[in-house]
Amino acid sequence: MSGRLSLLRLTGAASIQDGGRPGFLRFGLSGSGPMDRLAHAAANVLVGNAPDTAALELGLCAVTLRAEGGPVRLALAGAPCALRIDGEALADHRSFLLREGAELTIARPQAGVFATLAAEGGFPVRAVMGSRSLHRRAGLGEGPFTDGDALPLAGLSPSGGPERCLDPIPLERDGPIRVVLGPQDDAFTADGCATFLEQTFTVSPQADRMGYQLDGPAIAHGEGGFNIVSDATVAGSVQVPGSGRPIVLLADRQTTGGYPKIATVVSADLRRIAQRRPGEAVRFAAIDLAQARRLAQARAAVLAALSEALRPVECRAERLLRANLAGAAVDAFNPGD
Amino acid sequence: MTHDAPRLLACGDTAFTIEFGDRIDPALSARVRALDAALAERPPPGLVETVPTYRSLTVHLDPLIADPEATGRAVLALAGATQASAAPERLWHIPVVYGGAFGIDLAAVADHHGLSPGAVIERHAAPEYRVAMIGFLPGYAYLEGLDPALALSRRPHPRPSTPAGTISIGGAQALVASIAAPSGWHLLGRTPVKSFLPGRDPVFLLRPGDRLRFVPIAAGQWDALAAAAKAGETVVELREG
Repeated sequence: MSGRLSLLRLTGAASIQDGGRPGFLRFGLSGSGPMDRLAHAAANVLVGNAPDTAALELGLCAVTLRAEGGPVRLALAGAPCALRIDGEALADHRSFLLREGAELTIARPQAGVFATLAAEGGFPVRAVMGSRSLHRRAGLGEGPFTDGDALPLAGLSPSGGPERCLDPIPLERDGPIRVVLGPQDDAFTADGCATFLEQTFTVSPQADRMGYQLDGPAIAHGEGGFNIVSDATVAGSVQVPGSGRPIVLLADRQTTGGYPKIATVVSADLRRIAQRRPGEAVRFAAIDLAQARRLAQARAAVLAALSEALRPVECRAERLLRANLAGAAVDAFNPGD
Repeated sequence: MTHDAPRLLACGDTAFTIEFGDRIDPALSARVRALDAALAERPPPGLVETVPTYRSLTVHLDPLIADPEATGRAVLALAGATQASAAPERLWHIPVVYGGAFGIDLAAVADHHGLSPGAVIERHAAPEYRVAMIGFLPGYAYLEGLDPALALSRRPHPRPSTPAGTISIGGAQALVASIAAPSGWHLLGRTPVKSFLPGRDPVFLLRPGDRLRFVPIAAGQWDALAAAAKAGETVVELREG
């Protein structure tokens, strides 16, 4: 018996993503993969999967799903969303069983953009060129989905054992997005560079898995203008076309481009910019490569520690008891307060 | 501005670019290919993938293994020392239906240059091109070798969609498009050849460094070739060596 998850009602951009499809940049195909790799990994780890397992990425989505053909263990992580099973509220960042026939409603996120829904065993859609990730413009992978679509499940009986939870993955919304200047920061005037690093930009409605166009003050190009002979882009390239409005290129970007790139968002902050909504503010701060590498190492350490951070979900009585004990301990140390 | 010596450009913590120059020049792209081949032969620790373009090579690294600054400096030294290689090359003969519904800008391009449409086809099909870069979208092959007499700046208003297989020119560049996409280039014709076709082996037909010629064919040949291409045949003549 093969189970599936039916998407009964869906608004927003939902697609299957796994670790991505690296290795084809020289053929013009960007790597795809999760817009928030940490959230994707957390959702998978919660249901016992490897971090890069194929999962459903929800971008500003509201969705109602139904388990068919058997029960399935699920978890949602990333942008915080209200969850209900057949009307009963449930926390995100925890695993749970969705019984056969039961309906799960995921509300549009209260903050941020991307939330990942993982299923125990993953979603075994067909892999193309080594990946199950959707690359919409290339026509590869599964999605975007609409009402009535069904996602295949691994068809395993859910494993036993307690449900698990994690502290919610912070969206890290405070503070600037960190960049390393270059490769073409010399194509801008000193004023242009100052505008980029000192002014506040806003995520425009033109924001998707390819890239986020930002509104704000125009960044002035130097004497060479805004056309360069095309060269390669990377995830996080901040290209500045003739309008002077920067575009941050992301997972499904064009692999080459003819506009100068003033800076590159560091890998650790790709999820931070991805989680900013249209209308939200963005500031940039330049750091050096050594700092960027330390941030990448710290990010990798957080990701590697996810499975150790799992805790069994406590019943309400246990949680209240623990809160009371903690409260008593604080009182004991602060008798005068 | 040109650079005699290659430059190392920062691309964040997961990549760097070695820039050989800032123009379209066969001498530059030959150096790009030579460095690309040298890295393929002896990849530095942490190398993930490389992207050759007309004038630069971008090198992607795993930031947990490699320091882009140190690896970049080492590759920059290698770039200065690497000679253009005599790697085996491939020559493709790409069939093209020019003009009419297949190349809606052929007449306008001819008018602009004061040439007949036939003369534009002749000049476009005469040279041997080289794939200098594959980029933008999967399988989009950017060529060097366009007759300068055909060069024409891009259209002021890009078209929201152009068909798969479009053969076009923009500035001094010529392009073989793979899949449908918006474009501001001038459309001269179409090829039934699919340079990108998931499910076919190989998925990507053209590689950076390949040589290429266009062979004009009659519109009456289109349907049969397009059907064969859709079924996974390459419908293209290849000569190795």
